[in-house]
Amino acid sequence: MEVPILKQGEILIATVQAALTDSDLLQLRRALEEKVAKARARAIIIDLTAMDVMDSFASRTMREVAHMIRLRGAETVIVGIQPDVAFAMVQLGLSMGGVTTALDLEEGLEYLHRKFRTIL
Amino acid sequence: MAQPITLDSLHATGPMTSTRSHSELTAEVLQELVEHLRQNRTQLREEWARRITEARLLTAMTKEEIFVEATSVYDNYVEALATGTFEALQAYSRNLSERIIPRGVETHEVVGIVLLLRDVLARSLFSKYQADFTKLDRILDAYEPAANRIANTVAVGFVQERERVIRQQQEAIRELSTPVLQVRERLLILPIIGVIDPQRARQLTEQLLRGIRTNRAKVVVIDITGVAAMDASVANHLVQTVEASRLLGATVIVTGLSPEIAQTLVNIGVDLGKMNTVGDLQGGIEQAERLLGYKVIPQTEAN
Repeated sequence: MEVPILKQGEILIATVQAALTDSDLLQLRRALEEKVAKARARAIIIDLTAMDVMDSFASRTMREVAHMIRLRGAETVIVGIQPDVAFAMVQLGLSMGGVTTALDLEEGLEYLHRKFRTIL
Repeated sequence: MAQPITLDSLHATGPMTSTRSHSELTAEVLQELVEHLRQNRTQLREEWARRITEARLLTAMTKEEIFVEATSVYDNYVEALATGTFEALQAYSRNLSERIIPRGVETHEVVGIVLLLRDVLARSLFSKYQADFTKLDRILDAYEPAANRIANTVAVGFVQERERVIRQQQEAIRELSTPVLQVRERLLILPIIGVIDPQRARQLTEQLLRGIRTNRAKVVVIDITGVAAMDASVANHLVQTVEASRLLGATVIVTGLSPEIAQTLVNIGVDLGKMNTVGDLQGGIEQAERLLGYKVIPQTEAN
């Protein structure tokens, strides 16, 4: 299942619609790599509200995406992790160290706007 | 040929007739027993109440109350003997337990009074039938199983009621024990008081994470001033809670760490780098306000 990536000014928003398989995750990673350069984005937001399971591969991929995007001069915010998922991840030792997280899309956008002081 | 037939007939009729006559006999004897207990109600009841006071049971109740309860227990007791059904007695003992448990009546007292009643009644049977030993034997045969069952029913009813009350209270304590409070827009505090066991720790985390989402909190202050000690697994759980809150986009500030807990955390090598700690609750709230961009100014300065 492909994850739609929307452009919103200088921000790219990828909203996960359903549980993702490993190949979906790799596909999302490739798509973000390409788009962030093409759209000259300053930040991306990955919305994980619909993900009810985050395994080690998923969280590692997210972490890698964030680090990679940073190397390309943009910032990543991960939003919408469910409370149960968050706790399960922590218990499994799947940390998201160094990645910015926010409650939901609105919070994530607000955070970026404050940071960039831009108005969409 | 004759031998198997004799054996067969013996086998078929022998025990059956004896059971039938036995149960009939028991019913008859029980009837007589109940009659005796009804006739001597006043005297036996008084004797029982006297023995209860003597044994210093039910000290939480007045003499009059004991007498009133003794009367209804007595009547229910005789009723159970007469009908052989225990539902009414069960219901009564549950009802009685409900009334006396809040007054601090102990299990041994309830068992004690029922056993006393059993003794009082047995004594009265002894004195009535002391001349006729076979009769007494038969009466006791009928009385003892029934009396034991009654004692059992009352005691079990009491204990069950007590357990129900305890369960209810545990539930109440659990619900009360972890309030998640909003003190400002987007700022939650979670005061923790008392011992944290793994179950409570888990519940606490669940409530906090849910609270973060429903209140859209950005900063959470967890105050553990009221926690005296913490073991390694709970400390670890606390660290995990902090981390999980971060995944929901909230910053956690832990306040009120006692020297003992701080020592524990250091000893077990918990990574404190991830934890934001401030000395006391006031300091924690002030820091949270700074993070949220609030500034509290006294009115005199503002004017």
